[in-house]
Amino acid sequence: MNRIDKKFLELRRKNEKALIVYLAAGDPSLAKTGELVLALEKEGVDLIELGVPFSDPLADGPVIQEASGRALKKHTTLKKILACVAALRKKTQIPILLMSYLNPLLRYGLPALARDAKKSGVDGFIVPDLPPEEGRQVASLMRGRGVHEVFLLAPTSPPKRIRLAARASRGFIYYVSLTGVTGIRRKLSAEIGRKLKGIRRESRLPVCVGFGISTPDQARKVASVSDGVIVGSAVVKALAAHPSMGAAEFSRRFVRPLVRAGKGEGR
Amino acid sequence: MPNKNKKAWSRLPDSRGYFGPYGGRYVPETLMAALEELEKAARAARRDKNFRKTLDGYLRNFAGRPTPLTDARRLAKLLGVRRLLLKREDLLHTGAHKINNTLGQALLAMRMGKQRIIAETGAGQHGVATATVCALFGLECDVYMGQEDIERQALNVFRMRLLGARVIPVKAGSRTLKDAVNEAIRDWVTHVENTHYIIGSVIGPHPYPAMVRDFQSVIGKETAAQMKRAGLSDPDYLVACVGGGSNSIGLFYPYLGSKSRMIGVEAAGEGLHTARHAATLSLGKTGVLHGSKSEVLQDGDGQIRLAHSISAGLDYPGVGPEHAYLKKTGRVSYVAATDKEALLGVKALSENEGIIPALEPAHAIGYLLKHRSLFKKSDSLVVCLSGRGDKDVEQISKMTGTKSEARNPCLAGRQAKQGSKFK
Repeated sequence: MNRIDKKFLELRRKNEKALIVYLAAGDPSLAKTGELVLALEKEGVDLIELGVPFSDPLADGPVIQEASGRALKKHTTLKKILACVAALRKKTQIPILLMSYLNPLLRYGLPALARDAKKSGVDGFIVPDLPPEEGRQVASLMRGRGVHEVFLLAPTSPPKRIRLAARASRGFIYYVSLTGVTGIRRKLSAEIGRKLKGIRRESRLPVCVGFGISTPDQARKVASVSDGVIVGSAVVKALAAHPSMGAAEFSRRFVRPLVRAGKGEGR
Repeated sequence: MPNKNKKAWSRLPDSRGYFGPYGGRYVPETLMAALEELEKAARAARRDKNFRKTLDGYLRNFAGRPTPLTDARRLAKLLGVRRLLLKREDLLHTGAHKINNTLGQALLAMRMGKQRIIAETGAGQHGVATATVCALFGLECDVYMGQEDIERQALNVFRMRLLGARVIPVKAGSRTLKDAVNEAIRDWVTHVENTHYIIGSVIGPHPYPAMVRDFQSVIGKETAAQMKRAGLSDPDYLVACVGGGSNSIGLFYPYLGSKSRMIGVEAAGEGLHTARHAATLSLGKTGVLHGSKSEVLQDGDGQIRLAHSISAGLDYPGVGPEHAYLKKTGRVSYVAATDKEALLGVKALSENEGIIPALEPAHAIGYLLKHRSLFKKSDSLVVCLSGRGDKDVEQISKMTGTKSEARNPCLAGRQAKQGSKFK
């Protein structure tokens, strides 16, 4: 069974919500990314998203753009990230998804990528510039290897598109909380709960919410209406501000409050 | 056979926005509904007689259509061909073909009830054409422009501001056109409910490549009508420069079913053997950039490479998906001209015809000069002169330096005997 499915089953049994953390792989270094994954798991993080750096991240706000730029300067490549995950698999079974724009994946070669992702222990892909219509080939290649392709839904998605993404997604559905790019926002949209109900009518998959969630309070609110909370920019920004802080201390200081808030709700 | 061909070409793209393997819609989910809405609106507008009439009125009475088809006799002689016709898009209001598209898209935006317009711009021509139509129709206008381009194109920045547009500097990435497109897409993702994004070329997600082509194909349709009226048969060659590819597709598209041969000239920058060029079709690989699948300049890891060209309008690492398809099918030949060849093109056209071209179409002229031997004495050519050179004179004088004082080897007529020395 795919680690993502296993994780959500386990969470459902415990009546808990998932806390998902995004890291820009290779920022500040791949070694640090690896240490962070292990430290985050210890703090109770349920799933990890590793961002594959891209020169033109058009769905990302400044925080992740800059992190992506720093990772590229360190010559972080998809190949090295796969190797990093493979190394991590000796120490952890935490579900790991790669979040990547499509072009680096195409360049790698999709059949080879599906094979190598499986071999390295990658559990899924999230591709922000790949809507379900265009994602059939990627999804079927990944499915063939037991790797999940997670599609996204947005506040602007009409019912027809909700059905489309619900049918195409595996593992969970990624709901984008706002019309905009990734980043830290002061306020959450009041619509999230209502939109999630619409999605739930179409799918039994877990629905996790990302984009704009940065504080424990926001995490708590989103957790109360969803199956999981995805935090990206807030963690990436804190990491950029404390590049030399040890992974354990960083996770304790910046991620523990989010985990408590996000997971506490369901208990 | 030509007739059958014509039908096949005009049916592209397919319902999913594909030209063969190229095209599609590779954007964040947030934009998908807006693209579907835009596709519907564009289709309805195309069928609406009133819309066509309104657009036609603005093209005629505001932009200055039809543009002349100038018989460039001295340059034809220099090239050793029977006839060289220049489609004078440089004479349009704002100085380039870009206004054909911005007028169409602004009218479409109003039809959809969108009051705010955003655009990206490199050299500033598309930005100026967008700011112009927004002033004309009373729409709010924000133009994204790379910080580096803002510094290089101060005059166009001033023009846009004078027209009431806000010019937003883009400081991310390489601070040029590619990053301006990224930033415009980010803005659109954020404000999609009330904002229309006027893309300036035949790039981006479906329906943009087809829609911009349709607005620009007035170039080729008009050319065909003008030639017919003058009793001329279809040209042997159609030649145009290709950056994103909007002026070239505008000229080519109505001729795809004809027997005319077509040449698209990309920017070879400092040479195809160097890393500093913008010859996407010559040296790119299939990939996804800015919402569609096409040929893209990229490295082995799929990171987008920086393009380079003396002409900001061609300085782009992608190209319209329809061009990628026309190349794949062999219907159009794609070649490249260097910065230097483009400069020779500027001089040749200026000194022989009294027309100072923009650096972009100067690549087409430069290519013809260099490859004169490929053409027969009996050949007739149409070149799309997509823009005028006013915006470029400062850069041209910088690039040519004191050499601009020296006698140009590509002067015909007055020094026709020197013509043979030209290489």
